[in-house]
Amino acid sequence: MMLPVPLSHYLAVSAILLVMGIFGIFLNRKNVIIILMSIELILLAVNINLVAFSAALGDLAGQVLTMFVLTVAAAEAAIGLAILVIYFRNRGSIEVEDVTLMKG
Amino acid sequence: MNWQLALPEIFLSCAAMAILMYGVFARPERSFVMASMLSVGAVLLTAMLVLSGAPGTGYNGLFTVDAYSHFGKLLILTAVALGVVMSLDYAEHANMQRFEFPVLMLLAAVGMMLMVSATNLMTLYLGLELMSLSIYVLAAFARDERRSAEAGLKYFVLGALASGLLLYGVSLVYGFSGSMSFAEIGRAMADPKSASPGLTVGIVFIVAGLAFKVSAVPFHMWTPDVYEGAPTPVTAFMGTAPKVAAIVLLVRLLSDPFGALLGQWQQLIVLVSIASMILGSLAAIGQRNIKRLMAYSSIGHMGYALIGLAAGTGAGVRGVLIYMLTYVFMNAGTFACILAMRRKGRNVEGVGDLAGLGRTDPAMALAIAVFMFSMAGIPPFSGFWGKYFIFTAAVQQGMWLLAVVGVLTSVIGAFYYIRIIKVMYFDEPAPAFDPRPVSLSFVACASGLFTTFFFLFPAPVVAAAEAAAKVLFP
Repeated sequence: MMLPVPLSHYLAVSAILLVMGIFGIFLNRKNVIIILMSIELILLAVNINLVAFSAALGDLAGQVLTMFVLTVAAAEAAIGLAILVIYFRNRGSIEVEDVTLMKG
Repeated sequence: MNWQLALPEIFLSCAAMAILMYGVFARPERSFVMASMLSVGAVLLTAMLVLSGAPGTGYNGLFTVDAYSHFGKLLILTAVALGVVMSLDYAEHANMQRFEFPVLMLLAAVGMMLMVSATNLMTLYLGLELMSLSIYVLAAFARDERRSAEAGLKYFVLGALASGLLLYGVSLVYGFSGSMSFAEIGRAMADPKSASPGLTVGIVFIVAGLAFKVSAVPFHMWTPDVYEGAPTPVTAFMGTAPKVAAIVLLVRLLSDPFGALLGQWQQLIVLVSIASMILGSLAAIGQRNIKRLMAYSSIGHMGYALIGLAAGTGAGVRGVLIYMLTYVFMNAGTFACILAMRRKGRNVEGVGDLAGLGRTDPAMALAIAVFMFSMAGIPPFSGFWGKYFIFTAAVQQGMWLLAVVGVLTSVIGAFYYIRIIKVMYFDEPAPAFDPRPVSLSFVACASGLFTTFFFLFPAPVVAAAEAAAKVLFP
């Protein structure tokens, strides 16, 4: 099947999103919420990849997995925020630099 | 469609939900113990269902039951049952008697069983996430304790990153091979024309994501912190069942659909394995916290297990399975002893707290000594046999480097294992620990007996591992 926009463009966008997500996790020194957003960005990069491949291959499996990924991402965000709330209650801060109780 | 193939998983997930409902309606002061008992019962029943299940492939090739998955599932269920039993006493003292605890372990077990049976990238991902999400919650379960919350947060962030990378790899492999089913991917890989760079990149991403789950170097950085911070029964659980599931999945993935690209991923696994063995043996030397020490020890053990995968033969896979079996029992037993380290109702975690245990509690000291000798790979304990099968497989393939590094790092590792024995038997006694609860004595005793007397009856285990390995390397 011919796509109006070639597959490589989709892959490039998705790769850029992935790299942004990874850098968002490692370069961010401020806030844990930003890390959660970066994780979401990575999952969305994957979704773009999957849907683009699925359309290019004419195969539905990629879109099915995208649905699953969306569901899992929601569950992951819920658990992540819940853990963050517990953490905030204990420490009174969600600065990334404070997450250093254990070292070595 | 043969839905009965997944009967054990279906039963276990229904049981988990039923226990959850029970917990909601039962009286709160009794619900934790009852839920734990019911969970152990559900796990045992599931194991029976696994044993009685016939091999086959179902759900349009999403799910496969064979000798290999049987071995993995039985091992995982054993580890889960031991984990639930070990948490009974700790929860009582640490005030985390909430019935969700065993239920989360059951749900993690369902995820792990899916991973072991997965023959499609979709099943693989969903199983992995079900396991990971349950364990994130477990790691942060002691919610009033700062270290537990921090461990949960760290594990969640890094774990989510790892699953993201794995998923990116899945999407690339899907796109460049044209299918998600292992059989189709294998067919696409066998054709040299289709082995594009995109495929290789995808495989690297998937291996990185799974290496995180087995905590192999360079994806190990979360292990010491999470092991130290998580409640001890959760650490014991994380060190056994999920490692088995991830290793079993990694072996199936690399030798079944990616088997044609052996030359490409072998280098990767060899590097990861050598780095894990070296880091595991060197970094543990300076540790004073025994949970942290066990974290580095588990990194090293995963390095040894990966040697068998790097060999890329049936003998190697057999070695991996036997190694994981011995590892589960050594680890469960050691953590049962660590959980029993309690003074005046408070758990202690320092290696120094074990001082003079040989005089104050000879039985527990003997058990720890057995596990430490076994982890160091000293015959006739089971740890030696695990290493023996792995190293012979590597040598048969002419991979001398791996075998030599493995033996050298075992010697270095023996230093810190034997230091613990020295502390127990030759240092001035510290105050005695509180009396041991029956549940922990049971786990330590059962694992200790298995570890000590494995050499008398290795035949059934070796035969089962052999049959399992034949599935991947006929």
